[in-house]
Amino acid sequence: MTDQIESRIREIVAEQAMLDPEQVTSEATPEELGIDSLGLVESIFALEEEFDISIPFNANEPEKSDFDISNMGTIIAAVRRLVAQKAA
Amino acid sequence: MNPKKTGKGAAAPAMPDRLAAPAATRRPDDGLRRVVITGAGTINALGHDVASTMQAFREGRCGITQLDFRDVDRLSIQIGGQVHDWRAEDYFNRQQIVLYDKFTQFTLLAAKQAVAQSGLDFEGALGLRSGVVLGTAGGGLNTWDENYRHVYEEGKNRVHPFVVPKLMNNAAASHVSMEFGLRGPAFTVATACASSNHAMGLAFQMVRSGAAKVMLTGGSEAMLCFGGVKAWEGLRVMSRDACRPFSANRNGMVQGEGAGVFVFEDYDSARARDAEILAEVVGFAMSSDAQDIVMPSAQGAERAITGALQDARLNPDQVGYINAHGTGTAANDKTECAAVAHAFGHHADRLMISSTKSMHGHVIGGTGAVEMLACIMALRDGVIAPTIGYQEPDPECALDVVPNEAREARVEAVLSNAFAFGGLNAVVALRRV
Repeated sequence: MTDQIESRIREIVAEQAMLDPEQVTSEATPEELGIDSLGLVESIFALEEEFDISIPFNANEPEKSDFDISNMGTIIAAVRRLVAQKAA
Repeated sequence: MNPKKTGKGAAAPAMPDRLAAPAATRRPDDGLRRVVITGAGTINALGHDVASTMQAFREGRCGITQLDFRDVDRLSIQIGGQVHDWRAEDYFNRQQIVLYDKFTQFTLLAAKQAVAQSGLDFEGALGLRSGVVLGTAGGGLNTWDENYRHVYEEGKNRVHPFVVPKLMNNAAASHVSMEFGLRGPAFTVATACASSNHAMGLAFQMVRSGAAKVMLTGGSEAMLCFGGVKAWEGLRVMSRDACRPFSANRNGMVQGEGAGVFVFEDYDSARARDAEILAEVVGFAMSSDAQDIVMPSAQGAERAITGALQDARLNPDQVGYINAHGTGTAANDKTECAAVAHAFGHHADRLMISSTKSMHGHVIGGTGAVEMLACIMALRDGVIAPTIGYQEPDPECALDVVPNEAREARVEAVLSNAFAFGGLNAVVALRRV
């Protein structure tokens, strides 16, 4: 299940960034992947739709959000947490 | 940058030559007329007329409250600058209500106030040479929302026959032309959050050139319904608690609704009939960032500001106040402050700049029209409307933003800024008469 979540997230972000999923490494930041502010908001929407979760994210204060977008690793961890909360 | 999302063009072009036209080719011997405002009307979250709105500006009162409409519980954004105590039946009869979307109702109410104040009668020849140009972004959005609900959610297969004439973006302009017999130019401009400033700028140009004797102008928006707010939620730029322009802890914009309508006429005619002149409109400029569909450009904004000053033949140091676009988003406020700082140089530290969106919310296509009232108040009454909700200085917005309390100050000239999604900028310059 865990691997499935992670691979779906990589696929979704890769589609947004127009890259192959293998290129979306855990260390990569959205900026490094070429995802701008609009692309980020669209990716978050796609993740919400995929996993039927609600991601707390305000583009005006991304650093204050509970959803850490520092890099792919933190994004994956945050999505996993939200998916787990939903299941609980 | 993501190539799918943005097509970054070449660097901003240099200032066009026309802006530097020698003074000798311009007024007063070039046939251009001076343009003045002789009537004003409004309805917005702060009040149902100009006097109550200006009183709220003086008090620094906030009109943003908990939203109240159908299905509001399904929204993650629960606040807005909604018009309070709105009962259409107080102003319109049954036949009118079935034909007027709320954005038209707001417009007509404001237009009647403005025309009444001006004292103009458009019977006969004046009506043939007068018109109306208004701004709106969403037009009859409540009508779309309500009728989509009927056909999609409720499964109805029939809608009211007036759906199209109610929802069309030009409905308000057309009803204003019918109400007052304005038989000259009549149309609507839709440039998102700059719609009203574009409309007023065009009205100014038409009266200045002699293409029209009198223009009713301004704009309106009535987007506070389930679909209207849900759409904005998607962008994730909305605040859940307050609109705090220029404050370091700002966290987004807050939607508002309402209308502002003004009577623009030529100075000589206004003087000849001894009309009260609220302010003179002296310049207008528009520019396009040609860069990004949502992220603003300081260079684009600066070109509109500088263009308006040059069109008005104002020196930067004559401007005492700027009514800011000031949406309360991270991106707009720092970009706008950078544009003002660059356009005004040292004088940027001496002028005042405030955002009244902190009080009435962002009226989208009608916002420049409602905010024009703060410009008139500054010039005519010598009172500068504050930016309320201001809590923490932001080094990226290091200008005098008139925090929290209105201020008495005599100013000679003011600007009204509007910078829309789509990178479309429109700046109007006004002067005390």
